[in-house]
Amino acid sequence: MFTHYPIKRSVLVPMLLYVQDELGYLSDEAIAEIARRVDTTELEVRNVISYYSMLRTRPIGKYNLQVCTNISCMLRGAEEVFDHCRKKLGIGHKGTTADGQFSLEEVECIGACSWAPAMQVNYEFHEQLTDEKVDQVIEKYRNL
Amino acid sequence: MAVLVNHPDEVRVVSRRFGQGAANIHRYLELDGYKAVQKALAMQPDDIINEMKASNLRGRGGAGFPTGMKWSFVPKQSPKPKYILCNGDESEPGTCKDRLILEHDPHSVIEGVIIAGLSVQSHHGYIYIRGEYRYLLDIMEKAIQDAYARGFLGKNIFGSGYDFDCFSHSGAGAYEVGEESALMESLEGKRGIPRIRPPFPAVVGLYGGPTIINNVETLANVPHIMLGGGEWYAGLGTPKNGGTRLFCMSGSVNKPGVYELPLGYNLRKMIDDVAGGVWKGRKLKAVVPGGSSTPVLKADEVDITMDFDTLMKMGSFLGSGGVVVVDDQTCMVKFALRVMKFYQHESCGWCIPCREGTDWLKKTLIRFHAGGGVKRDIDNIQYLSENMLGRTFCPLGDAAAMPTISIVKKFREEFEAHLEGRPCPFETSTVEQLPVLTAFDHRSADPWRRAH
Repeated sequence: MFTHYPIKRSVLVPMLLYVQDELGYLSDEAIAEIARRVDTTELEVRNVISYYSMLRTRPIGKYNLQVCTNISCMLRGAEEVFDHCRKKLGIGHKGTTADGQFSLEEVECIGACSWAPAMQVNYEFHEQLTDEKVDQVIEKYRNL
Repeated sequence: MAVLVNHPDEVRVVSRRFGQGAANIHRYLELDGYKAVQKALAMQPDDIINEMKASNLRGRGGAGFPTGMKWSFVPKQSPKPKYILCNGDESEPGTCKDRLILEHDPHSVIEGVIIAGLSVQSHHGYIYIRGEYRYLLDIMEKAIQDAYARGFLGKNIFGSGYDFDCFSHSGAGAYEVGEESALMESLEGKRGIPRIRPPFPAVVGLYGGPTIINNVETLANVPHIMLGGGEWYAGLGTPKNGGTRLFCMSGSVNKPGVYELPLGYNLRKMIDDVAGGVWKGRKLKAVVPGGSSTPVLKADEVDITMDFDTLMKMGSFLGSGGVVVVDDQTCMVKFALRVMKFYQHESCGWCIPCREGTDWLKKTLIRFHAGGGVKRDIDNIQYLSENMLGRTFCPLGDAAAMPTISIVKKFREEFEAHLEGRPCPFETSTVEQLPVLTAFDHRSADPWRRAH
């Protein structure tokens, strides 16, 4: 990846995301190692992490339900979908279930406006949601 | 995967290959793939730019800047390398078109990047894709690899002696990065904070070199213009508004979806006919014509043609093509609140009017919607928004202010209906995940003191 750019630092944002995909979150050790590889300080790396909404420094559940509640989704019942998820999983915004399987997050527009309401579970899109469909999606991941 | 729709009025240019498996390079080549680049390789750079100017193609990202003109701003001689940057950070609420292009026709974007490169004699292109679109990044990476394997990218492309490298790059969740200078910062591995202009990116951009930044849809149109000719493309739209556009119909309609329609299509027809009308037999209340940052239109303002100039005259913008239809059972105060909550979340915090303005407006709107509003709040909301306009580094401040001002102006009576502790007249359910200040008497209590 380093060869794609004239400066090392350019790999930082994708590298952080890929490392997070592997580890589940950006641990202190990971941050130190990334800082070393891109020739910068840990502070600089943390500064970048804090800017991007997908990057996190704490572990979360194995499957992260990210429900969009922005306007297009809101108009088609996203708040009810989010509320259904909350009740179903017994957790709130940015919460994680006790067994560490699921996390829930209310997120901003994920680019599924014409197929609203929608959510992403990790990177996978689930669209045109209803309460029943949400139940199916949760069951699917529970049994994986 | 996103469901495709169609309508007889559609004119398919950029969506021509949707649903035909064109992400596969063999299939893409069968569908006239990579012919445009070969044509462009035989042309002089200035002729490519002239063709683009003739097409009247205007930027599909939101600002609607003429693409040919943008390319012509890049200096011919530059001591630093020049770059082409494709903006796939699509995150404007109501917009979901780039996703379809990247999914169904990734090679057309690569072609667009190469042709842009040829027009300014650049040898490097980057395709930036938002982090949430991981499956699209995978599709794009495969497409780039296939193009390299066939000699369409890399050294001596198509045996022409011209070198061109193209790479994809992942974001990690930030609306602000869709702003061109913040996009460059992000690609340089920094926080996506906008740069002050001048200098403009065409002169000093990525890594200090002259840079062309175009939206995915803009670049995906380029090969079609090269093959069909600028004049043909211009003829599809209205004067000064060349071509077609992907309109993302969403919200309270029966048939939401992404439709490719010529610029200058009637908005009422778009809602009633193309998108199947307002759902559940309800009436139209408002329309957001081009993504959440554009001022809303009232139901009696929709008999207009959808092009950049008409919407400008209406005090709004064509924006990113995200048409959000709002029905008469929706509370506009809540709508304004949800829009503001988004901008408050996405403000990068670099300049004060945006950082503080969006935060104050969000807090005021939350309190207001929960029934804790006083009459002067309405003017305050408008006053605060108006004072954000034009006072920020980048357009995010304007993007937050413009819809808010239009909602207060056009739906003032709905704000008044929330006064004196009255509950929201539209609230049918008890769902409320926003941190609401519970019922209080605004005459005797300061909500903020009470909360602590």
